[in-house]
Amino acid sequence: MTEARITVNGQEAPIAPAAAHTTVLDFLRERGLTGTKEGCAEGECGACSVLVARPGVHKPTDWVAVNACLVPVAALDGQEVVTAEGLATPGAPGTPPTLHPVQEELAVRGGSQCGYCTPGFVCSMASEYYRPDRVAGLDAADDADDVLDADHRHEHGPNGFDLHALSGNLCRCTGYRPIRDAAFAVGDPAADDPLARRRDQAPPEPVATRYTQDGGTFLRPGSLAEALRVLRERPEAVVLSGGTDYGVEVNIRSRRESCVVAVDRLPELRGLRRESDHIEIGAALTLTEIERRLDGEVPLLGALFPQFASRLIRNSATLGGNLGTGSPIGDSPPVLLALEASLVLAAADGERVVPLAEYFTGYRQSVRRPDELIRAVRIPLPQAPVTAFHKIAKRRFDDISSVAVAFALDIDAEDGAVRKARIGLGGVAATPIRALATEAALEGRPWTAETVEAAARELRGEGTPMDDHRASALYRSAMLGQSLLKLYTRTTTEAVSS
Amino acid sequence: MSHLSERPEKAVVGVSMPHESAHLHVTGAALYTDDLVHRTKDVLHAHPVQVMKAHGRITALRTEPALAVPGVVRVLTGADVPGVNDAGMKHDEPLFPDEVMFHGHAVAWVLGETLEAARLGAAAVEVELDERPALVTLEEAIEAGSYHGARPLMETGDVDAGFADSAHVFSGEFRFSGQEHFYLETHAALALIDENEQVFVQSSTQHPSETQEIVAHVLGVPAHEVTVQCLRMGGGFGGKEMQPHGFAAVAALGAKLTGRPVRFRLNRTQDLTMSGKRHGFHATWRIGFDADGRIQALDATLVADGGWSLDLSEPVLARALCHIDNTYWIPNARVAGRIARTNTVSNTAFRGFGGPQGMLVIEDILGRCAPLLGLDPMELRERNFYRPGQGQTTPYGQPVTQAERIGAVWRQVQDDAHLADRRRAIDAFNATHPHTKRALAVTGIKFGISFNLTAFNQGGALVLIYKDGSVLINHGGTEMGQGLHTKMMQVAATTLGIPLHRVRLAPTRTDKVPNTSATAASAGTDLNGGAVKNACEQLRERLLQVAATQLGAPASDVRVVDGVARALGSDKELAWDDLVRTAYFQRVQLSAAGYYRTEGLHWDAKTFRGSPFKYFAHGAAATEVEVDGFTGAYRIRRVDIVHDVGDSLSPMIDIGQVEGGFVQGAGWLTLEDLRWDTGDGPHRGRLLTQAASTYKLPSFSEMPEEFHVRLMENATEEGAVYGSKAVGEPPLMLAFSVREALRQAAAAFGPTGVSVELASPATPEAVYWAVEAARGGGSGAGRKDAEGTRGRTGTTGPTGTAGTTGTTGTGMDDVPEANVPSHA
Repeated sequence: MTEARITVNGQEAPIAPAAAHTTVLDFLRERGLTGTKEGCAEGECGACSVLVARPGVHKPTDWVAVNACLVPVAALDGQEVVTAEGLATPGAPGTPPTLHPVQEELAVRGGSQCGYCTPGFVCSMASEYYRPDRVAGLDAADDADDVLDADHRHEHGPNGFDLHALSGNLCRCTGYRPIRDAAFAVGDPAADDPLARRRDQAPPEPVATRYTQDGGTFLRPGSLAEALRVLRERPEAVVLSGGTDYGVEVNIRSRRESCVVAVDRLPELRGLRRESDHIEIGAALTLTEIERRLDGEVPLLGALFPQFASRLIRNSATLGGNLGTGSPIGDSPPVLLALEASLVLAAADGERVVPLAEYFTGYRQSVRRPDELIRAVRIPLPQAPVTAFHKIAKRRFDDISSVAVAFALDIDAEDGAVRKARIGLGGVAATPIRALATEAALEGRPWTAETVEAAARELRGEGTPMDDHRASALYRSAMLGQSLLKLYTRTTTEAVSS
Repeated sequence: MSHLSERPEKAVVGVSMPHESAHLHVTGAALYTDDLVHRTKDVLHAHPVQVMKAHGRITALRTEPALAVPGVVRVLTGADVPGVNDAGMKHDEPLFPDEVMFHGHAVAWVLGETLEAARLGAAAVEVELDERPALVTLEEAIEAGSYHGARPLMETGDVDAGFADSAHVFSGEFRFSGQEHFYLETHAALALIDENEQVFVQSSTQHPSETQEIVAHVLGVPAHEVTVQCLRMGGGFGGKEMQPHGFAAVAALGAKLTGRPVRFRLNRTQDLTMSGKRHGFHATWRIGFDADGRIQALDATLVADGGWSLDLSEPVLARALCHIDNTYWIPNARVAGRIARTNTVSNTAFRGFGGPQGMLVIEDILGRCAPLLGLDPMELRERNFYRPGQGQTTPYGQPVTQAERIGAVWRQVQDDAHLADRRRAIDAFNATHPHTKRALAVTGIKFGISFNLTAFNQGGALVLIYKDGSVLINHGGTEMGQGLHTKMMQVAATTLGIPLHRVRLAPTRTDKVPNTSATAASAGTDLNGGAVKNACEQLRERLLQVAATQLGAPASDVRVVDGVARALGSDKELAWDDLVRTAYFQRVQLSAAGYYRTEGLHWDAKTFRGSPFKYFAHGAAATEVEVDGFTGAYRIRRVDIVHDVGDSLSPMIDIGQVEGGFVQGAGWLTLEDLRWDTGDGPHRGRLLTQAASTYKLPSFSEMPEEFHVRLMENATEEGAVYGSKAVGEPPLMLAFSVREALRQAAAAFGPTGVSVELASPATPEAVYWAVEAARGGGSGAGRKDAEGTRGRTGTTGPTGTAGTTGTTGTGMDDVPEANVPSHA
């Protein structure tokens, strides 16, 4: 293999001598690109946001904003990165640079006060600026009473700018209003904008990487077969698929692994296939890619995505990673449990399909063997007609759930009976679980207030929620029941209004 | 119009402009302290040795294992301190302690060739501890009688007579949380030693002079051997007023001992676990109203959670007492204060500096009592406002000279918010939405400007004019995002009569302006602006003499406007550059030291009486919220604010301060939730919310969907530079309107007339329990004293849910996932 190299703001540089666990953030700062800031080192504040050229959904290449604090620099071997410094066009010697349109809007509208978060906002904003399907003038229905519409109206600018693009960026000074004004004021990229033009070219190919430095090795196998062989040979290897959890461990808990195997660019893990009886989603597609490629095809996933962490995280995180870490408070498992999803586990000697309901075995433990990879997630068809995802958290954008509840219900249109109920829960036990007793309390019964109230009582007793700094056990338990009552209210209100 | 407040024609102050560093911010070119590291050769990295126990005496500290770690250069301990081993000014804050006083207390620092080496070295240091019992919560400290510092008592009128005259008497308790500053840039310093042993410290500090003083006393050298510079801070909010000093001293000590540059930067968890926060408070109160709802008497005790050392707790408590009246006339008051000593970080300055805590107590009282009095909360508030022209004074004896502004902003914000129409719309919405309720609340503020301690109310500046006409200004204030430097450049350009681009500003350094006060108390512009103006006036007077000769007119007839000197009634002109050059050749001094002291202040801390404030800042906010009755989740639908900044020096900057302060205040009151491990397990005293994933700041989702800020018009303040008023802190307290709107929305789920108690922060869970209590007709809260029971409006949740509302530090399991975000 050739020497690992990265292109930053158009200039190629060797990754060595950075240690194998070195993040893009530390790498950039070491090189003097100190515009990229560390605010939290766990992907929460966005001060380290940078742009990375990735395979696009609507054009060959997308400029994707990611948290530089969570990405090992070795993972960007052969890739192109642009920082806030690289967005401005350098002026003649002795003259200031010409600002990028997003920089200009932020600067003139008072979008920076202390300025520390600003380069990160610039990059997140630039990513949305260059989103090919950002279309001006899509007005939401102006129904002030409808919470969903109200969300949409306030979170999308007249220029098509989706504020969720900034959901992973924190500012402690401005209160956000001038930043929103700047975001909603940016126009379209000029025809000769080099980053806009770059979108029309092929993205940088993933590069097979073997980078060893300071006792650690970063491996990016070139194929699934090779990845599986490595996992068989090196059972201590840690699989990286997005790395937004691993990066936190490296930074906050000083985790140092001898071998990390990145699988998030393997083509075999990045398919999206529609079969007659299921949709198969590659485990290494980022959540953003799934969101944009499905475009509402699975409504329950559509409800999940805006509430899953932040756009910056969704630009890196994958379903394989979220299921692979097996956290009981991951946001995708409740939804996938309600959808009755299965996982395709691949090993060197073949594949097996495991229902997600049988996958988790304990706190951060699963039936997956160390030599197995999650290759894909299968969602059976047809989907249940009534679905909902309720995430209870302190903050609406980018928070960890106290509890999460996903519903997939099949209610007979004729007699109003619940034919089938599937309910996934997060945050109430050592693993994500199905609310089996509640499902039983609903199935075969009419979808009425009486049934729902009885089932809500059942739901409050599911799992063993605990007290912690996010919520009390009592509140968690109450919210389980409330989520069903809220869903019922929504379905009956909709019935009335239609 | 006073000399201080009068503006010349074509003044640069008053012009709306972005932050002077905006272009550097957006391109990433703006440098912060830690950005200097890669530009400095041979830097050593400092890493703290934190002890993860809440309390105990150190019986052994073994550093040898650290020295065996490759790349470790030295371990700093108390034995290395040549001067005074104290990070503060009260000799109660040892820089290298013998006793661990809170979970995460740093007892030694390791210097390494790399941060990784220093970290591994710190992990290798062995500390043995004789563990002691720890008081973690405010309640535990009160129970144990663990206090430090002063016991201020503020008294006015005859409280007993006031209660005797009251038709309604209520009493209650209120426990509310502190707040983490969460400046985006964590604490950082870089220390260097020059060839002559001069110590140069780059520090992210709001108080360079005090950083200098403490570095000097730790090193045992006079102040003139230490220079401190602050380029800019990535936010301060009070968290860098006292807290940076010890850290800077560690870096300076390391540099002194090794001869190499030493850098430290706390990571977020270190910053959260080692540095002080806004004080949480416990308040007990009794209040009497007459039959019309006018306050007759208030008897209250405020206990601030000081943490392990005194730090700034005494002045914070004093300001809390001085603000318990907010906008309300309280004829008879007795308010006592205490500072609890707990085994937690040493709580410190935070935007508002106790003022918000004092004001929150009275706003909470009024919010809870209004339904019991059968009054609309707005009506109750308005009835109790200070009235103009009646000679009313605050409980500490200061006349309220602009009482008319309390009512003016109150009325204006109602107009701006279309209050009457929207209240009707809200009533209609609530009538048809059983599961969702809206409410609109209006609250006002009155906030005293000046340091309570009179001596701090002085500022200095150094203004240099070079032969080519360019101007360089230095002043004692620091830039943390508040736009102070922008305003100072505007002041200089205005006073000198030149375009803004002729003025440049140099970073804040202790060798330019000595003995400065902290950039704090919202007073940065008043003090440094007064000093910059004074320096520029000295220069202007000299230059006018020169111009007078050149223009053939008396100096009193010469004006410099927009860079051109002209005499009244004459067409002759003299360009600024020519004027300056001429002055140089005439041997006229082209530099001046400026000075300003706030006149007319008086404060007696012993009797707790006087007029400590130059003036009051005023404002009012109208906030509408919507609460989901299923979950307690809510959103801020619309906020209207009218705020009094005097005549604004820089409207875009001021509006930014108002909006940012409001959202930060809303964060404190609704979202930001500091939780400690209060159980008896091995991690007792550990901060559970020690990362951005667990301590949530307001994000875009908390921003008001509609946000309208108007600055009060024709609001000249005679007593401050160019008629302006301070703006840094006061708007934070406009966020009381969010909390009161949530209280009213929760109440809307129940029958009318129910007093709703709301925990602080009012998280969705807290709001849910408030909604549940309202639905149940209240929890027997707010009984009247007159009925014979000592009515208590406690802060815990509804019956059967005690300990779940989040106000009282509930015993919590140590969660394995405490810091792990769910995303993978």
